[in-house]
Amino acid sequence: MTSKRTIVALKVVLWLGALAPGAWLVTGIFRGWLGANPIETLTHVTGMTTLVLLLLTLSVTPVRRLTGWNPVIRLRRPFGLFAFFYALCHFSIWFVFDMVFNVGWMLQDIAERPYITVGMAAFLILMPMALTSTRGWIRRLGRKWSTLHKGIYVAATLGVVHFYWLVKADTRLPVLLGACLLVLLGLRVPGVTGRLSRRQATRGGSAAAAGDTRPREGAASLSGSSAP
Amino acid sequence: MLIRRPTDIASSEITPEDVYFNRRKFIRAAAAGAAGLALAPSALTAATEESPQEIPARFQNLRSELDERLNSYEDITTYNNFYEFGTDKSDPARNSGDFNPRPWTVEISGHCNKPGNYQLEDFLAPHRLEDRVYRLRCVEAWSMVIPWRGFPLADLVRRAEPTGDAKFIEFRTVVRPEEMPGQRANILPWPYVEGLRMDEAMNPLTLLVTGVYGLDLPNQNGAPLRLVIPWKYGFKGIKSIVSIRFVEEMPVNTWQESNSYEYGFYANVNPEVDHPRWSQARERRLPGLFRNRETLMFNGYGEQVAHMYAGMDLARWK
Repeated sequence: MTSKRTIVALKVVLWLGALAPGAWLVTGIFRGWLGANPIETLTHVTGMTTLVLLLLTLSVTPVRRLTGWNPVIRLRRPFGLFAFFYALCHFSIWFVFDMVFNVGWMLQDIAERPYITVGMAAFLILMPMALTSTRGWIRRLGRKWSTLHKGIYVAATLGVVHFYWLVKADTRLPVLLGACLLVLLGLRVPGVTGRLSRRQATRGGSAAAAGDTRPREGAASLSGSSAP
Repeated sequence: MLIRRPTDIASSEITPEDVYFNRRKFIRAAAAGAAGLALAPSALTAATEESPQEIPARFQNLRSELDERLNSYEDITTYNNFYEFGTDKSDPARNSGDFNPRPWTVEISGHCNKPGNYQLEDFLAPHRLEDRVYRLRCVEAWSMVIPWRGFPLADLVRRAEPTGDAKFIEFRTVVRPEEMPGQRANILPWPYVEGLRMDEAMNPLTLLVTGVYGLDLPNQNGAPLRLVIPWKYGFKGIKSIVSIRFVEEMPVNTWQESNSYEYGFYANVNPEVDHPRWSQARERRLPGLFRNRETLMFNGYGEQVAHMYAGMDLARWK
């Protein structure tokens, strides 16, 4: 019961937090906050928000394993879907205002500019994941679902590379995001989280949770979804 | 063109002051007429006169020679690439409040007969400032139309009397990390360095700029003295200049040093040579939304500058 209430509260925070950048941008369009080049601002903010949300999506499973608090898994899908929502906005702004609806220009840019190639690849990987995020698809795809959704590891990596390749000189922010991503991926190396949470347990942490911190595939989520 | 090539200027050939003033008038007259380069709203004023506090009315309906509208003063002064104050476009306007453009000293050095440290006022005194509307094309594929206020770099070069060994000019930005927060990080190798070949420096389009919209340059736009070379990408327009040096070797400009694969010395606007990370064929003319404006060779100034690059492979000399 407490658990349920906590999840609801967390979801409210998640929704408000995830909608905030979009609300800020939309308000900014009408209030003229976005500067002399509003399209650039829209592109940067939606891109940045996508990356942060992808990292948050990837942090759900390690948090669950480290804390042993399984209900947290229910935040994963909304994080992931919001990440895709911002990626879709990011792509659409680029296609409409930079490519001016010209598919030829778009294909040329995808082919010739490595940072666009990887950005587009990341987007194309996220798309089927977003489309198969419903309970029906999870049931229908079974094991394949979890394989398909491991694509987030690739998509997040390509997303960070996309960001790193497009900044001109100051790479501190993309490097920081890359470091976060490495930590999150590192926690998935078999045995790493188990060892971390066991150490926590012996220090007198949540001993009950430490017993089985790496549940079998598909066992943890209430919606039946599993790793990543 | 009326301006001679650098190779024509021998060290022995020093133009007397009265002659060069006459030549300037000649150039300006030609420019306003046939070449149609400058669109100066004939607002020549002595550099020593005080700048007005508000934008003079004569700018209201001013257009470029291609009948383009000017960008607003606000856009020009709030959307800047000036990494010394931060990498975000809004950083320079936000972070340049502590910067003191006065007093200011400019050092002229290298292969010339009149080297020295000049107080800005003395440096500017011999020149008459004029307003010129130029397109500014950033390497990031956006562009603006800006009414600069300044004087031709060529006038200064003649005054400095370069010797025959002077093949290039190297410019440097001030280093003041205490006033320029961007310089506290190693984003780029400071100080910012730029360079021009002598004929590029002598081209009548090349301006030393002290103002915009008839007003003194705001800090975020490169106060108190910057370069504007309208047929080159914006990063060539070095800001807050403290050093002008006549050199024999081609200077290594900062962006080339930072990433020589993507940036070269010349950086001429060229829709046919793409930057590795983005196409240069089109641009977004701010405050417009769509990146659908065809970029012009030499940013539309080919008539005045193309002759300087005749025979050069512009894909190689990017």
